[in-house]
Amino acid sequence: MIFILPFVYILLMAVKTKQEAALFLFAWPSEWRAWENLVEVVQTRNYMLLLAYFNSTVITLGAVTLLVIFGAMVGYVLQRRRSPWNRVVYVFLLIGLMVPPAVVPTIWVLQNLGLFKTIHGMILIQVAYGLSFAVLLYRSFIASIPRALDEAAIIDGARPWQVFFRVILPLLKPVTVTLIVVQSVAIFNDFTNPLYYLPGRENVTVQLTLFNFQSQFQSQYNLLFMNILLVTIPPLLVFVFCNRQIVAGMTSGGVKG
Amino acid sequence: MKTLRGNAALAAAVALVAGTAEAETTLSVLLDGNADTNAMMEALAAAFTARNPDITLELENRPGGSEGDNVVKTRLATGEAGDIIQYNSGSLFQALNPVSTLADLTDLPAQDNILDSFKSVVTAPDGTVRGIPFGPAMGGGVYYNIPLYEELGLSIPRTWDEFMANNAKVAEAGRVPVATTFGDTWTSQLFVLGDFYNVLAEVPTFAEDYTANRAKFATTPAALRGFEHLQEIFEAGYMNRDFGVATFEDGMRMVATGEAAHYPMLTFAMATVRQNTPEHIDDLGYFALPGPSADRNGLTVWMPAALYIPAASQNIEAARKFLDFVASPEGCRIMIEAVGATGPYLIEGCELPADVPRSVADMLPYFEQDGRTAPALEFLSPIKGPALEQITVEVGSGIRSAAEGAALYDQDVEKQARQLGLPNW
Amino acid sequence: MTTRRRSPYPYWFVLPAAVVFVTLFLVPTVASFWFSLTRWDLFEAEFIGLENYRQFFREPFLVQGLVNTLIYAVVTSGAKSVLGLLLAVLLTSGIWFQGFLRSVVFFPVLVSTIGIGIAFAALMHPTRGAINLALAAIGIEGPAWLSDPALALYSVALIDIWKGVGLATLIYIAGLAAISPDYYEAARIDGATAWQRFWRVTVPLVRPATVTVVTLSLIGGLRSFDIIWATTRGGPGFASDVLASVIYKQYQAGFYGLSTAGNVILFLLIGVIVLPMTWGCSKREVDVGACAAMAPVAA
Repeated sequence: MIFILPFVYILLMAVKTKQEAALFLFAWPSEWRAWENLVEVVQTRNYMLLLAYFNSTVITLGAVTLLVIFGAMVGYVLQRRRSPWNRVVYVFLLIGLMVPPAVVPTIWVLQNLGLFKTIHGMILIQVAYGLSFAVLLYRSFIASIPRALDEAAIIDGARPWQVFFRVILPLLKPVTVTLIVVQSVAIFNDFTNPLYYLPGRENVTVQLTLFNFQSQFQSQYNLLFMNILLVTIPPLLVFVFCNRQIVAGMTSGGVKG
Repeated sequence: MKTLRGNAALAAAVALVAGTAEAETTLSVLLDGNADTNAMMEALAAAFTARNPDITLELENRPGGSEGDNVVKTRLATGEAGDIIQYNSGSLFQALNPVSTLADLTDLPAQDNILDSFKSVVTAPDGTVRGIPFGPAMGGGVYYNIPLYEELGLSIPRTWDEFMANNAKVAEAGRVPVATTFGDTWTSQLFVLGDFYNVLAEVPTFAEDYTANRAKFATTPAALRGFEHLQEIFEAGYMNRDFGVATFEDGMRMVATGEAAHYPMLTFAMATVRQNTPEHIDDLGYFALPGPSADRNGLTVWMPAALYIPAASQNIEAARKFLDFVASPEGCRIMIEAVGATGPYLIEGCELPADVPRSVADMLPYFEQDGRTAPALEFLSPIKGPALEQITVEVGSGIRSAAEGAALYDQDVEKQARQLGLPNW
Repeated sequence: MTTRRRSPYPYWFVLPAAVVFVTLFLVPTVASFWFSLTRWDLFEAEFIGLENYRQFFREPFLVQGLVNTLIYAVVTSGAKSVLGLLLAVLLTSGIWFQGFLRSVVFFPVLVSTIGIGIAFAALMHPTRGAINLALAAIGIEGPAWLSDPALALYSVALIDIWKGVGLATLIYIAGLAAISPDYYEAARIDGATAWQRFWRVTVPLVRPATVTVVTLSLIGGLRSFDIIWATTRGGPGFASDVLASVIYKQYQAGFYGLSTAGNVILFLLIGVIVLPMTWGCSKREVDVGACAAMAPVAA
């Protein structure tokens, strides 16, 4: 019950009238205003929410695509080719996984590259921050794919990139799905990084709309909660469709005693 | 805003059809998102474009408070602040690094209309003027609920002791003496910042000494008093129960409806009352924060925000033309028509209408007599520590004592002074 | 076979990823050590030695942020591992709707932190919030959850635990599944009670999962920002400020050098506390995968 009630509360608040929502009560709405509230939230500040959905989707798709390709390529080489450099790379990956990014210097770098406040800059940031995870995940999975497979393909005269894209990548599907699900949810829900690296009205992301509307909707809690509801829907869909996959994927690579 | 956009689109279409006879300029304007600000700017833009059909304005809202400071600073630093920005004057203006980020407006013709008291708060360290006033000056004092005052037979307090005596009677009557809204942390600063008239009355050189690192809040009894007042209110239990999460809008609602007797606030708050509880607009009165002495009581004044032109703007000429219009007596009349009169404008030849809300009428006499107003500290000194609002929340919630809070604020200020590279720090 | 001059695993595969990682992560991280020694306004950086660090440790509220960070990380990771284990045991015991309940517990992990923060801020409102109204109904006067300075940090931690315990549960469920039933069988034959089986068999054998949960939630807790910013913004005063929110505030105020110094302190802190734990975790390659797998969700 403790886990469900807050969601019920969000739902109830989202469909109330302004006056009823202002009372904060955990009660059934006397008047069902779902559609009106929905329309009003979407129209706020010149359809800012739609723009935010667009931006967040572009960032998420772009970053996840690159993460899958880059992560798999690095994981593949790292696992297959033994070299003294591997240990160094490994340490950097662990650092990347744990160390919080240095924000202001990153802004400085982005500015010098002309990437500050741009969507593609944001995508590359998400790639840089998610890369360690992707590489480590792929590396441990690739260990379970027999080398004989790549060698057979090489004997057939395939070039390295053909071996990778035609033979290895398709075999990585289960772990790729896990990566896509986990990272797309994480990036879609990201608040901190867009807050720092993507200021500007034309660049809003969904989490930032929520934050910005908080002051605007100070006396309109019904709209604020409708906004929360709308922002929660994409992860909810991911959850409904991939629930099994998430659980299986995260535990399979997983914790073996 | 929609109609403006419509006009712009239409004008653009016409220009295309006409083969672009004259260059079309669109000025982008960055505003603080306040309802009043938008109303004033929309009215000004419409009137200006009617006169200059080749120049249109596009308004953009940013968040307020420290969130907004950050937006403005980063945008200026990256050269993407558009053509006109609306932002505070005084110490926050100084923190923008105006010499390198803002255009020089010293020779703007309209500067002749602007009162010197305002020019001084938008003057960069190199002596050039970088902005023009936008909106009226504000007082920092206390709103009170007139019906409640009449009901309890109270009179306007002229010293702090009288104020506390009134509070005691209000508490006895079961109402909230002082509406307190720490949910919006900036509202917690009023007792300290609004007391500055009283500080200057006792220590006339405080601002210079403070800037030169010779005077401190913690060691100047007159300056420490603001912090002590906060502590007294808390210790007497004169606040509303939800003071920790209540917001500015809650505060105005409480004092307008008589739920609370007092609310220390800047006078720009009238716009909120007009929007949320218009039926109570004439129930509100206003008085300056009372100090130790009844003979030397006066109002601490906040200069209006200003309009600036970022140095990186591509349309400086057109933007200057607009600013010239805003700072004219006519621009001033348009603003008053748009939002009503809430305080004196700092433009020569701009008169307030006769019928103003009661609380504004209460404030105007302070301006009319010599020596009954003093600018807030942030207009006399470039340093304002960023953590003041958290510190005043702490003192006002009993987390820290007044003396410790003031000492902590003195430390906070050091950072700002060093960042600005002031001598003696 | 004769044409096999070059390795079939060319290093250029690594190149694009390395470029992005180095420019956008490593370069700023290294640069931060330099900028933390300067007074910096994004245009010019003036070298001032260790002044920023001195400043950081002199200001009581910055130090308080540091202490709060540690409290917050320990409280959340402790509670998540204990509750996660209990929930996992419950959800593998064959109770009704087991699959559905697992989903319910896990779902908050995927939801927007900001949304959750705003919703809980409303639920925890001292006079009108549903939690205190419910408490009032049974005769208890609820506290000012988010505005009582003694309580605010813990209230936020509570929300964090609510949101994150699903992940810990999931990891423990996987850990429990890996324990061979033989151990329980043997224990039962020896006449161990359910309680003894839990303490003597489950807890020790589920240790790898515990290490993962504690490591992840410690990292998450030390870096935590969005839930705090969405509920209290570090307030009242500085009562619930943590390192990440202090860093953000200094950034907002334009003290870029000081903000960066805070950053350096944060990653040294994480390095000192967490890296030794991950060495333990990395002895087996598989476990690293697991540690890694949960990281983005936990953060």
